[in-house]
Amino acid sequence: MALTTERLEQKLRERFAFVAIERQVGDAVRDHTLIVPAESLVEICTFLRDDSELEFAMLTWMGGADYMPRAPRFETIYSLLSLTQNLRITLKVRLPEENLKVPSVVGVWPTANWHERETYDFYGIEFVGHPDLTRILLPEDWIGWPLRKDSPLGYEEVAFTHNTPNRKLPSPSLKKLAPKKVKYRAQ
Amino acid sequence: MRNETMTLNMGPQHPSTHGVLRVALELDGETIIQCKPMIGYLHTGMEKQAEYKTYTQSIPQTDRMDYISPMSNNLAFCLSAEKLLGIEPPARVQAIRVLLTELTRISSHCVWMGTHAIDIGALTVFWYTFREREKVLSIYDMVSGARMTSSYFRVGGLSMDIPAGFLERCEKFVDEMPAHIDEYEKLLSKNPIWLARTKGVAPLSAKDAVAWGVTGPSLRGSGVNWDLRKSQPYSGYETYDFNVALGSVGDAYDRYSVRVTEMRESTKIAKQAIQRVRELGEAGEYRVRDFKYVLPPKEEVKTSMEALIHHFKIVAHGFFPPVGEAYAAVEAPKGELGFYFVSDGSSRPWRMKVRSPSFVNLQALPIMIQGKLVADVIAAIGSIDIVLGEIDR
Repeated sequence: MALTTERLEQKLRERFAFVAIERQVGDAVRDHTLIVPAESLVEICTFLRDDSELEFAMLTWMGGADYMPRAPRFETIYSLLSLTQNLRITLKVRLPEENLKVPSVVGVWPTANWHERETYDFYGIEFVGHPDLTRILLPEDWIGWPLRKDSPLGYEEVAFTHNTPNRKLPSPSLKKLAPKKVKYRAQ
Repeated sequence: MRNETMTLNMGPQHPSTHGVLRVALELDGETIIQCKPMIGYLHTGMEKQAEYKTYTQSIPQTDRMDYISPMSNNLAFCLSAEKLLGIEPPARVQAIRVLLTELTRISSHCVWMGTHAIDIGALTVFWYTFREREKVLSIYDMVSGARMTSSYFRVGGLSMDIPAGFLERCEKFVDEMPAHIDEYEKLLSKNPIWLARTKGVAPLSAKDAVAWGVTGPSLRGSGVNWDLRKSQPYSGYETYDFNVALGSVGDAYDRYSVRVTEMRESTKIAKQAIQRVRELGEAGEYRVRDFKYVLPPKEEVKTSMEALIHHFKIVAHGFFPPVGEAYAAVEAPKGELGFYFVSDGSSRPWRMKVRSPSFVNLQALPIMIQGKLVADVIAAIGSIDIVLGEIDR
């Protein structure tokens, strides 16, 4: 029997009986989307990756979205792909503005690294446990989160550290790249 | 001094970084201890801008993402918007789209092969591959009026019908192409310098490739049989006869041979698509007949009140998708290219997210070249085929 997203959802609900998993409904929600709580995200992702029937070995992409003025304002979206089952599933975590923290899934899929950095860069969502949460597409000294809905499209001066007083951000330099301990080859 | 490592900055203006990629390398002599790609020099905020434009207005933006395969970007964008709307274009449109995206694949792989070969010292190949690429560009020119930024596909169809003599021209190109691919292979496939620079260089295991989300020829080079045209077909790919090329070791040479085979398979698909367009009519339907989503024919606008209203509404506001969201992906020349739309019911997307293959594939660069030599970085960057316009968006 080929695995369907319905069967998958059922399996997930059985395994995580005490976790509030909600299916996103709507006429034009074209992909099977499950909303999961932030605290069980990593556990659910690990299960989806490691279960021998599911094998969601690939995180195709992840990103964020701002639904201002809705109450849980932000969302992080995870699009998973199972190569063996030829199946896609979308997971979402809803985040309130006051507590913009979500556990990082870099430990589950290393590819999440840049995606999470990009989401941090655009929305200011903090990924707890991310190894190197720095800006990726925007300059290091950029101030603000450009893809938030209250961020202007343009037509005003861009805020950098040099033109915005009292807003000095630490500037990561090449030094940061070099680890403290390096294994050297035998001389 | 003896025990210190050196940090070397490569790029962003280095010619072999294919644009404005900057790579910081930590070296012990010639050996790479650590590598960190740094991106963002071409960032223009396309995802943000899309939220302020109608869907149709964003199509020209997509040309500028992966600027050497504009038609594939157009296709991914249109398929995703069509999925959101719940419409499907006519079979003739799908055949024309397949024909043009396969030509795009050939031209993109031509650019890749030429520049990759230049990077590792074979200048000649470039002049041959760019000769054929120019032919594809003039086909773009013929069909859309622009050599590179074609913007030819529209949500629900095409911007206009194919011109007379278009199919003959494509057919001539497709018939000539296999002989040209033989030429390229004569220059490279058994060339000892080429083999020394690519065999065993920048290996990527299948497990790593999947974990790092690598798609496209780079994934298939590692031996993973995954091609969206076969596994999750779109635009009627399930009805075309073609094979998926696979590598075994996952080194730069395997990625090379996968792409060469893909070019041959693309000529096969394009030939079938030409035949199909012929059967469905050299002139005919080129968009859905639902004028809530596409412009009505000009003749009707002049004679029918409804058509005039539709014309006015489409031009002034665009179309209004239902509240919801959709993600659709295509097998672009570089890997899985997808667009994710969130619609709030207005004529502009609430959120547009681009899943660009180069962005994800580039992430695998550090694990490919860990412990290798500096010269292999160049071969590795070339072999994963990146375009910075798409990475930075």
